[in-house]
Amino acid sequence: MNEFQRRQVKNRIIVVILVGMLCVYLFPIYWMFSTATKTKLDAFSLPPKWVWRPQIENFRNVFYVGAGGALGRVKGIEVKPKPSAFLRQLGNSIIVSFVSTLLATFLGALSGYVFSRMRVRGKDDLLFVILSSRMLPPVVIAIPLVMMYRALGLFDTLFGLIIMYTVFNLAFAVWMMRSFVDDIPIEYEEAALVDGYSRFQAFFKFIFPEMRVGMVATAIFSLIMTWNEFTFSLLLTGERARTAVPSIAHSLGTAGVNWGHIAAGSFLMVLPVVVFTFLLGGNLIRGFTFGAIKE
Amino acid sequence: MVGIRNTWANRVSERGMLYLFLLPTFVLLLFLVIFPLIWSLYLSFCQYSANAANPPIFVGIRNFSFIFQQKEIWDRFAVTGKFVAMAVVVEFFLGFFIAMLLNREFYGKGVLTTLFILPMMFSPAVIGKFFRFMMDTNWGIINYILGKLFGIPKIAWTTSYEYALPSIVVADVWIWTPFIVLLSLAGLSSVPKYLYEAADVDRASGWFKFRYITLPYVAPILLLAVLFRTMDAFRFFDLVYVITEGGPGYSTQIIPFYIYKLAFSYWHTGQSCALAYVLLIIIIALSNIYITYLNRLRRT
Repeated sequence: MNEFQRRQVKNRIIVVILVGMLCVYLFPIYWMFSTATKTKLDAFSLPPKWVWRPQIENFRNVFYVGAGGALGRVKGIEVKPKPSAFLRQLGNSIIVSFVSTLLATFLGALSGYVFSRMRVRGKDDLLFVILSSRMLPPVVIAIPLVMMYRALGLFDTLFGLIIMYTVFNLAFAVWMMRSFVDDIPIEYEEAALVDGYSRFQAFFKFIFPEMRVGMVATAIFSLIMTWNEFTFSLLLTGERARTAVPSIAHSLGTAGVNWGHIAAGSFLMVLPVVVFTFLLGGNLIRGFTFGAIKE
Repeated sequence: MVGIRNTWANRVSERGMLYLFLLPTFVLLLFLVIFPLIWSLYLSFCQYSANAANPPIFVGIRNFSFIFQQKEIWDRFAVTGKFVAMAVVVEFFLGFFIAMLLNREFYGKGVLTTLFILPMMFSPAVIGKFFRFMMDTNWGIINYILGKLFGIPKIAWTTSYEYALPSIVVADVWIWTPFIVLLSLAGLSSVPKYLYEAADVDRASGWFKFRYITLPYVAPILLLAVLFRTMDAFRFFDLVYVITEGGPGYSTQIIPFYIYKLAFSYWHTGQSCALAYVLLIIIIALSNIYITYLNRLRRT
């Protein structure tokens, strides 16, 4: 074997090792899926059942109260399943994530453009303040915020949660969008200005459309982060506006812990994130370094 | 051209545009971050309980001196430090090892890398909750596998003094090792190939290449990763909340969790604000270093 072949073989072996490690590493996700699709009895049996017939009982029970065994007629009375609190909370998660993401991405694109292209007095300090707001421990800000929200009637409202998440994502969006605008050639604007467009027009007509790739990446990141957020939702909401994550943390509010339900709910939270992560692809590193490292 | 010039949009000056674009961002920051912070600074000098009818009473620095005199607070700082140290060390070596393995050309590299990255994209609270299920002493899958494969007797993961903090570390490692993988990969791919080729010509050893070529390129990014993870340990308490609820005793009460307890279980609002400010100063110091490093990376 020559040097090249030896490297090839070594590479193959390492890839096999990597796949093996991955299987061990992602075992908890497999286990989540298996717990969610097993019957209560099978979920707790040790040694575990490696072969089982998948069933959707748990998912149905997570969505509908009374959808379990009592579906149909009980003592001659028809039992209709009612939507559960978790279904509403999942809806809240979706609304809050999408609205705050849209707002943060749009406002972040505007500010990101300014910070990338225009001369701003004390730019570095302003950017530092913006990113610091992101670095703050949520609990620090939450203590006064809870009092403020109660006083203003924003406590336990979707609106209150949305504006908080908008701010939370905005810092990230500003830094991300600034790095994306940096990549757009300055000639775009110069040409437009020569044609008689104002800077404002040039931005919306030529630059803003060029920023769409960056905005999509920023939006996906914000979406995932809001979807996953725990502390603010825990502290700023009660019954009505609560999102899914703290609800799962509190065992979906059921008396006693039903792990089948929790696994089903958790799996529903995890699944969209998998899809969105694959959509992000090469932008992952950029997102986690606030645009500093580009692939 | 007339269409371009005779509209209001054409008359927006550059100054005007600057203010228009930055205003919403700063109004939101002012309203939801800066104002609350000023308020809590005031409260940190007051004796106050948010669920009592009494208004805040100004007491000077009493909250701060009280905090620093309490042994329990220092214990909680120690717990936080222990947690960061254990988690970061394991994540660091594991993550860097995986990144070294991933740093080569092969079919399906992108998919494999993304699959390794996945755990850090999930909600820690959700994942932590499920780890608690897997870590159950009697019917948890982790004890079962450890027993079957290695003959280890059942461990009381989340409920014993010795293992409560390690069980949070285990969940943390599962979630955040990908972060080190991601940053290490970025560092590794930034090393110019010709340096290795030159080293090969000189018949340099593998260790030499690692020490004098790889490490200098990767080190700044890894420092960033360690810094970020340290900050996270002072910021979030999701895992503690769902896995051990701070117990047994207060053996897993990291600082942010303790602040949460002070503020929303014991309702010592004044004290919690004071401790929050201490934490804030730590975080600002750390993030200052962090952002400086980010900016330096951005320029290169």
